[in-house]
Amino acid sequence: MLRLEARAHPSTTALLLSPLLAIALTLLSGMVLFAVLGFDPVKTLAAYFLKPLDSLYGLSELTVKATPLLLCAIGLALGFRANIWNIGAEGQFIMGAIAGSGVALFLRPEHGASWVLPAMFLAGALGGMAWAAFPAVLKLRFNASEILTSLMLTYVADLFLRWLVNGPWRDPDGYNFPQSRMFEPDVVIPPLLDGTRLGFGAVLALAVALGGWFLLSRTFLGFQIKVIGLTAAAAGYAGFNRARITWMSLMLSGGLAGIAGLNEVAGPIGQLTPFVSPGYGFTAIIVAFLGRLHPFGILLASLMLALTYLGGESAQIALGLPVAVTNVFQGMLLFFLLACEVLIRYRLRRQYRREA
Amino acid sequence: MTETIAILVSMILAATPLLFAALGEVITEKSGVLNLGVEGMMLAGAVTGFAVAASGYGPWLAIVCAALAGAAMAAIFGLLTLLLLANQVATGLALTMFGIGLSALVGKPFVGVPLEKLPSLPIPGLSRLPFVGPLLFQHDGLVYLAVLLTAAVHLFLTRSRAGLVVRAVGENHDAAHSLGFPVRLIRFGCVLFGGAMAGLGGAYLSLAYTPMWAQNMTAGRGWIALALVVFATWKPWRVLAGALLFGGFTIAQLHAQGLGLAVPPEFLAMLPYLATVLVLVLISRDAARIRLSAPACIGKQFHPDD
Repeated sequence: MLRLEARAHPSTTALLLSPLLAIALTLLSGMVLFAVLGFDPVKTLAAYFLKPLDSLYGLSELTVKATPLLLCAIGLALGFRANIWNIGAEGQFIMGAIAGSGVALFLRPEHGASWVLPAMFLAGALGGMAWAAFPAVLKLRFNASEILTSLMLTYVADLFLRWLVNGPWRDPDGYNFPQSRMFEPDVVIPPLLDGTRLGFGAVLALAVALGGWFLLSRTFLGFQIKVIGLTAAAAGYAGFNRARITWMSLMLSGGLAGIAGLNEVAGPIGQLTPFVSPGYGFTAIIVAFLGRLHPFGILLASLMLALTYLGGESAQIALGLPVAVTNVFQGMLLFFLLACEVLIRYRLRRQYRREA
Repeated sequence: MTETIAILVSMILAATPLLFAALGEVITEKSGVLNLGVEGMMLAGAVTGFAVAASGYGPWLAIVCAALAGAAMAAIFGLLTLLLLANQVATGLALTMFGIGLSALVGKPFVGVPLEKLPSLPIPGLSRLPFVGPLLFQHDGLVYLAVLLTAAVHLFLTRSRAGLVVRAVGENHDAAHSLGFPVRLIRFGCVLFGGAMAGLGGAYLSLAYTPMWAQNMTAGRGWIALALVVFATWKPWRVLAGALLFGGFTIAQLHAQGLGLAVPPEFLAMLPYLATVLVLVLISRDAARIRLSAPACIGKQFHPDD
């Protein structure tokens, strides 16, 4: 019999190796899954994880998909560190996209285009923050679980988006498609590289990752966040203001998710549609955990999860595999990750029958 | 009169999947485990039930398989959180994402396949009663089962020794461990029960409520069921009352659309979600009451050597 024995100190080796082990186990299970579905495992895996990366365009798309994940996940990780479970980043993402689109659609660029794009980013951040403010108030004032309220509000945000693009914001010349007008070229983020969709957002996301690292490791606020998460009681004795930390982490994660949403509509998409997000806000939760809630880890993790999106599309085109495989992969990855984490705090020992 | 009955009946039908899922979660949480994967387990049950029924194995085998599928999903959760000590919140989220993906994958060939609705079983004699008959005694078997299970869960928790042990494990796992109870095994059993019940709730959706399979057809009901458990302060009969209330919110949107109200359908569809938030706020406001009712060890990890 194997038995788990607590380690005196968390193991650094296991800390670094556990995400890699989880990825390896996910790939293995993926091959089994493909075989069960009747696909050649090796060929499918290659189509899934290698094919998307064989061109400059593919690599740029990887960054395009990693950008919203990185932005959302950095914010979420700050909250998760403090045991604030904002799982409604998807809703905050949508509200950011809506708020930014409002600016793009109704403040016409003839007013001088140079300030409209920054105003859109600001509106995106505010939209996301506003949507995250509800769970914050409801938690602090009424003690309601932010897990449930933030998730419920995601459904509300999605329905609100549907109403906008089906009703008041629908493009009158859009053949009745539920989507807004295309944004004027002046308010669309220009690509950094010709022929790609890679925009300024990727640079911003990198800066945010750096900022997140600085906040967590070099500031008092970051210290407070970590202490609250590790031992709430100690934080209480130290007189840390819990309410303030709750507000800060929800505002930061909401604002970043909102910016991510705006960056999607103003960047790769260029208009408001009902499909602004293929679940980025939820996937960002996995990204945060895969990165072990550390900004640099999250940076790598966002690329990894972006690859599952690209792989899903590529495997769908090449082999007719359903897109839902992506969700299965993502769920499995998180399972294995959580399972492997046990090795950080515990070691496996063979159990011998105790002598009487 | 008949219209009142029709409205009340549709309320009961909308409440049934929530009732199944929330009752299961009550047992899971009473044993001290918070499983946020209800949505994923419901979807697993919904797709399994539909696939079995649509392949011609009959509704009853479909229901059994749906419960087993829910339990199988819950077993993953149980292994990770109880044996490997993974974070329960994160594992629950993973279970939901995995369930959404896996059900969509498995269910792909069944999209658009027609299915006969679960037959209704009028109870002889009682179903002939005026008003009460059509309201309560002309439903399909799963509706009766849900009510019976409410009573069973209530009796189990309050009147049985096993129920007392489950509650002890949820209130203080160290004390229960010292008394020699196998904490992890008991919790695993409760998690499996929660999964089977969520599976039944999902099967009710795909076999009776709207006999079809559509990707993500639970539409957040798993999360509403989680809120319902808090709303009911972990008491089975209150879960029933709460499920009816939420059933009411769900059908209110349909009837408002029927009445030709000038409110856009998207706003009406927000009702159940907003109601969940509102109800959660009203109930959680009384922090002391939640603290007294919530199992003291909920979400906490247990390792026998620590």
